Amino acid sequence: MTLPLLAPALLTIDGVTRTFGALSALAGVSFALEARERRAVIGPNGAGKTTLFNVITGQLPPSGGRIVFDGRPIAGLPPHTVARRGVSRSFQRTNLFPRLAVLENLRLAAAAGAAGSYNLFGRVERVTTPLARARETAAAVGLAERLDTVAGQLSYGEQRQLEVGVALATRPKLLLLDEPTAGMSPEETQRMTRMLEGLPREVTLLIIEHDMDVVASLADRVTVLHYGEVLTEGTFDEVKRDPRVYEVYLGSE
Amino acid sequence: MRARSIGLGLVVAAVVAFPLVAGPYPVKLLQEILIWGIFAMSLDLLMGYAGMVSFGHSAFFGIGAYTAALLLSKWPGLLAALGAPALAAAVGALVIGFLSIRVGGVYFIMLTLAFSQMFFALTFQNAFLGAEDGITSVPRPHVFGLRIAALGAFHVYLLAIVGAAALFLHSIVRAPFGHVLRGIHDNEERMQAVGYPVARYKLLAFVIAGTVAGVAGSLYTQFVGSISPDAFLWTTSGEALLMVIIGGTGTLNGAWLGAAAFILLQSLVSSYTERWMLILGLTFVLFVLFAPGGIVGALRGRVGVRS
Repeated sequence: MTLPLLAPALLTIDGVTRTFGALSALAGVSFALEARERRAVIGPNGAGKTTLFNVITGQLPPSGGRIVFDGRPIAGLPPHTVARRGVSRSFQRTNLFPRLAVLENLRLAAAAGAAGSYNLFGRVERVTTPLARARETAAAVGLAERLDTVAGQLSYGEQRQLEVGVALATRPKLLLLDEPTAGMSPEETQRMTRMLEGLPREVTLLIIEHDMDVVASLADRVTVLHYGEVLTEGTFDEVKRDPRVYEVYLGSE
Repeated sequence: MRARSIGLGLVVAAVVAFPLVAGPYPVKLLQEILIWGIFAMSLDLLMGYAGMVSFGHSAFFGIGAYTAALLLSKWPGLLAALGAPALAAAVGALVIGFLSIRVGGVYFIMLTLAFSQMFFALTFQNAFLGAEDGITSVPRPHVFGLRIAALGAFHVYLLAIVGAAALFLHSIVRAPFGHVLRGIHDNEERMQAVGYPVARYKLLAFVIAGTVAGVAGSLYTQFVGSISPDAFLWTTSGEALLMVIIGGTGTLNGAWLGAAAFILLQSLVSSYTERWMLILGLTFVLFVLFAPGGIVGALRGRVGVRS
């Protein structure tokens, strides 16, 4: 692959493989993501999109290959270390703290990088920085009115908003979103898209998405995965015109 | 909130002044409740907050109890009564915790159980530790030049230590660390994904709980004046577990109520029938079926106090 020569990439994925027994979920994936870029990863079911996320964030160790984030290798590091380096993710299946309030969901995420989480004596309400960031994030994801609601009692759409919020509250340099609009109604999808468009450009985005309208309005570039390999990469319009992409999606030989 | 503080103040005052109005037997019952209460409370930090159900909490109770029994005969001071047992239990919890916390659920329960039973087997066969008879005639310590042998002096001494330990545990669950534990209880995977090294937090919680359990064990040795390998037995862990559940898991103060219910029931029923375990078992079943929130949960529902 050709690495960008001018700006060093924020995330470089180089020949990454992941096998499950005989199955090769990732068969040598390479691409680079520049800082401030918004990249969509698309591909049919089973293309390896979520596995790619799991390998980047340390939920699964890669079977081979290099992953460099912000100039340092991160392949095989545990999830909490990867998160502390500035990579955060949301999950395809909502993965919140269901018995805790919205504010506490966000506060826990915001406090993860901060010092003092081993503090045995202070009152949690007096540690103001994570609390302030949690409120900011709640406003950013449209949950400012729901701070005291227990996460498990939010509507599905709100839970998806909080799902993104928890990932965002850690103040990542790179945010990985795994189908943020999965299962949403058209209105909810629109709201989520507008919210993601409104994110500061400092947050580099890597997003798995099936809804092509969302991809078209959000992504600077699109990477198409197929059977664990990069099929093609380009702007949305370039990818859309690529006949191989049609074949992959429609299954026509 | 105001009424609650006043109520709490009254309860504390009654507990402090109890030896002035009650005879030796009720005072001893109260002291036993305080010791078991703090032991159960330390287990509640693990169960109710971090979501780690340990069936081997007796290991640390026993380590504290035996450390105090061994040392107090030679050096009857605070170091032998408090410092050394706490430290020994902490070290024990660090080792057992390090080996156990990486596995979850049932495996964690079984590993902690196995470790505590190992201690039982070791003490049961060790002549130096008095084998099956344990260590007897353990003197109570001198504190600030005072010998705290008498019932009243021991009561004050016991209250000071138990009170400090309870305040410590209450402080933890309100502090950032306690909130991290709740997060781990609710969703360990997500805690990891946002950047918490979950294993380290669980280990620290395990060591803190083990240390407090060790202090409880030491107090128990001083209370009874002897200790036997039964302290390590799985029934010791099981009783603390029952106390936590009967009192209300995840409430800390429920541990006092659970311990009181358990010990009062035991002393009351055992004077009428030998089958007090049967009565206790029935009580437990009724609680789990009809008051899963324990005594504290039932009280909150009745009085309408919010958690």
